Amino acid sequence: MLRDITLGQYYQTESVIHRLDPRVKLAGTLLYIISLFLFENVAGYILAALFLALVISLSHVPFRFMVRGMKAIVFLLLITVVFNLFLTPGEPLVNLWKLTVTREGLHNAVFMALRLCYLIIGSSIMTLTTTPNHLTDGMEKGLRPLKLFRVPVHEVAMIMSIALRFIPILLEETDKIMKAQIARGADFESGNLVKRARAMVPLLVPLFISAFRRANDLAMAMEARCYHGGEGRTKMKPLVYRRRDRLAYLCILLYLGCKVTVGILL
Amino acid sequence: MALKVDHVSYIYDPDAPLSHKALDDISLTIPEGQFIGVIGHTGSGKSTLMQHLNGLVKATSGHIYFNGRDIDARDFDKKELRSKVGLVFQYPEHQLFEADVFSDVCFGPKNLGLEREEVERRAREALIRVGVPKELYDQSPFELSGGQKRRVAIAGVLAMQPEILILDEPTAGLDPRGRREILDQIRQLQTQTHITILLVSHSMDDVAEYVDRIIVMNGGKIVYDDIPRRIFRRYRELEKMGLGAPQVTYILHTLKESGLPVDTDITTIQEAADSIMQAISSSPSNVC
Amino acid sequence: MSIVKTRNLIYEYVKRDEEGNEDGVIRAVNDVSLGIRQGDFIAVVGHNGSGKSTLAKHMNAILQPTQGTVWVDGMDTRQEENIWDIRQRAGMVFQNPDNQIIGQVVEEDVGFGPENLGVPTEEIWKRVEESLRAVGMYQFRSHSPNRLSGGQKQRVSIAGVLAMRPRCIVLDEPTAMLDPSGRSEVIRAVRELNQTEKVTVILITHYMEEVIYADRVYVMDKGRIAMEGTPREIFSRVEELQGLRLDVPQVTLLAHELKKRGLDLPDGILTTPELVQALTERG
Repeated sequence: MLRDITLGQYYQTESVIHRLDPRVKLAGTLLYIISLFLFENVAGYILAALFLALVISLSHVPFRFMVRGMKAIVFLLLITVVFNLFLTPGEPLVNLWKLTVTREGLHNAVFMALRLCYLIIGSSIMTLTTTPNHLTDGMEKGLRPLKLFRVPVHEVAMIMSIALRFIPILLEETDKIMKAQIARGADFESGNLVKRARAMVPLLVPLFISAFRRANDLAMAMEARCYHGGEGRTKMKPLVYRRRDRLAYLCILLYLGCKVTVGILL
Repeated sequence: MALKVDHVSYIYDPDAPLSHKALDDISLTIPEGQFIGVIGHTGSGKSTLMQHLNGLVKATSGHIYFNGRDIDARDFDKKELRSKVGLVFQYPEHQLFEADVFSDVCFGPKNLGLEREEVERRAREALIRVGVPKELYDQSPFELSGGQKRRVAIAGVLAMQPEILILDEPTAGLDPRGRREILDQIRQLQTQTHITILLVSHSMDDVAEYVDRIIVMNGGKIVYDDIPRRIFRRYRELEKMGLGAPQVTYILHTLKESGLPVDTDITTIQEAADSIMQAISSSPSNVC
Repeated sequence: MSIVKTRNLIYEYVKRDEEGNEDGVIRAVNDVSLGIRQGDFIAVVGHNGSGKSTLAKHMNAILQPTQGTVWVDGMDTRQEENIWDIRQRAGMVFQNPDNQIIGQVVEEDVGFGPENLGVPTEEIWKRVEESLRAVGMYQFRSHSPNRLSGGQKQRVSIAGVLAMRPRCIVLDEPTAMLDPSGRSEVIRAVRELNQTEKVTVILITHYMEEVIYADRVYVMDKGRIAMEGTPREIFSRVEELQGLRLDVPQVTLLAHELKKRGLDLPDGILTTPELVQALTERG
C-alpha cells in the first residue's frame, strides 16, 4: 500500500549507531565523504573500507538494505566506469575494436567506482539508522550557526517535517483520485506525451485543491495550538550530546587522522 | 444475473511480512434491478470488494463474472466494464476537476468516445436524474454545497449509463437533512430506472429504510446477506461488529422484553408508533 | 464567571466572484450573545452553513468579530496581546483528523502545543503522558498517526489540546468524518474530560445523538441562535427542530409520534430506558 512508503528508509532495530545523536551522524557522514576524496592510494581505500565495515556491523542493519540504495545509482556507476575506462589517456593496456583501455583508465575506473559505492553505502547508513524526524532535528540544531547569515533554519526544518508527515497522505490520496477517474473512463497509460500530459489534468486538479485545503487547515490548527515560529519554543526531545556521542566523534577523528597519515606516508 | 463473485480473496502486499487478507473467500450474486445495502465498519473490506467489481483491483484468487464472462479474461475489455459498472467514490472532491458542472459530467461519456451531441444529451439526462437544477450547470463544481457536489459526482458516473451503480458512502460528511435528501434522490433514481444500485455505508440508519437487501461485511468476509428485517434481528451480533441496528429496533426489543407485545421486525418510526399503540390497547393491564 | 462570553457578535465576510470583484457581503454570525459557564458541557448544533463553525472559530481568536465583542476567560479577543493566552486557555479541535496532526509520532504531536508555549522539557513529558492517558491513547504513544483509525486520531488531537492545560476545549465537528464507532469513541472521551478533569467543553456538531449529554444546547440557524435550553427542553420542540433541518433522535421522534396518537407521555424523552419506563408505568 502507498502509505507504507517511508521516505529515507529507516530500518528499525536497536544499535549504538541508532542511538547516536543525529548531529554526530550528519557530521560523521560528511567527514567520511570528504575523507574519500582526500588521498588516493590502495591503503587509504582499505582503511575507508574497514571503517565502513566496522560501522555497518555496529549498526545491526542487514547489508542487503545498504546494497538496495545502490540500485538507484547503478546507471550512474556504469557511466562513470565506462567513461573513465575508455577516455583516460595514458599507457595502453588492451585494445577493444576502436577503444583503448589504458592503465590509468583502469585505475581511475576502479577507484571512482569504489568511491561512489563507499559514498552511497556510507550515507545510507545514516538514513537507515536515523528516523527522518530525528534527522530534521539534527539539521535544525546542527545548522543553527547559519542563522547568523539569516538562513531560516527552524522554518526549513519545520517544512521538512511537515512534508514528511503529509507525503504519505497525499500519495494515498493520489491513488484514490486516480481510481475515481479511471472509474470514469480516464486513461493514464496510453497515448503520446501530449495526450498523457493532458490526461493528468483530472488527477492534478483535485490533488492540488486538496493539498491547498490541507495546508490551509493545518496552518489554522498550528496557530490554534499557539505556534508562532521558533522563537521561545522549547523541545520535547532536545538533542543532548552524551558520552557515546563524544566517543563517536573521537572515533571519526581517529579515522580521519589515520587516513591523512596513510595518505602522506604512502 | 448481472454480476457474480466467485470465491474471491484479496491480499494486500502478499510478499510483506504483515500481509493480511482484505477479502476472504467472498461469493455473491447481484441480479439485475436490486437495491442493495453493503454495510461494514471502516476496514471491513467493503470498499475493496466494490473496487473489485469494476476491475480497479484484481483479485488475488477467485473470479468475477459480468453477464457470464470472466472480467479477468484476456479478451475482456476493462474499460467497457467500468462504464457498465459505475463506481462513485466517497468524496466528490476526488473526482470533480472541470471549470463547470456540465463539462465535469461530460468527462465520463466523452471518455467512451461518443459523439459530442450524445455526450451532452447523456450529461443533461444524468443531471436531471440526480436533481441538479439547470442554473448550476455553468457554475464551478468547487463552489457547490456538499450535497450538490455529491449529486454532480453521481451524475458524472451515471452519464456513462452503467447497468450497475455503486455508491461508496454517498452521505459521508453531509448534515442530516442533506443525507436524507441524497438518499431519497437515490431511491427515486432506482424506482424510475430500475438500475441495480449498491449503496455502501457504515450506517444502518442510512440504508434500513431504502434497500431490498443488506450485505454485512466484517473482517473481509460476508457475515450476513439477507432482507433488512431479518438482518436486524441479529442486532446483538451486529453490535459486536461495531455496527448496531436502527434505534427503533432497540426500542422495540426493550419494550417486548418488558412485556409489551410489539412487533420487533419493524424499522420505521411510523410503523413502530402504530405497533406500540396497538400493543397498548390490546394489553390487558391497560384496560381502565 | 463565564469562560466564554459574546455580546452582539457579528461576523461578515465579502464574497467575491471569479474575477475577484465584490459580490455582496455575507453575514455568517448575526448578533449572537451568550455566556458559557466554567465546567459546563455545551453543544452547538445547526445544519451546514448555519454559522456554528464560524462562531466556534471566534472562541479561539482564529476569527475576530466584525462587530460586537468576544471574551475568553475575561480577555477581549480583539486585543492582539491576548491572542496567545486565549489560544492556550481555549483549545480547539477541528473536523479533519488528518489535517491537524503535525507530529510524525503520536507523543510528539501531543508535545507540539506545550513546545510552542515554552514549557520545560520534563514538564512536557509529564503533560504528554497525562493527556494521552486521559483520552486512552497512552499505549499508542510511539505509533505513527497514519496508522491510527479516525477516532483514535481525533483522540490524539484532543490530547494535543489538553497538554496545553486549557480551561475550555472547543470541538468543531470532531465526529463529522468518522464512522459510528469512531464517533462514540470521541464523544465518550470528551464527556469523560468534562466530568473528571472539569474542562469546559463546547461541542459543535450536527449529530443530535451527541447533544443529549450536554448541560446546555444552542441551536443555530442563519447565523443566529434559534433555540436555547437543556437538551430536554430543546427536544420537546420536535416540529421546530425539523423546521430547522435538524434530526431528532429516533426515541424522541417515536415518543412524539405516540403523543400525536393520543398517548399521555412526558415531553422531551431522550433515551430508550426513559421511553420504556414511561410506557410501562402507564400500564
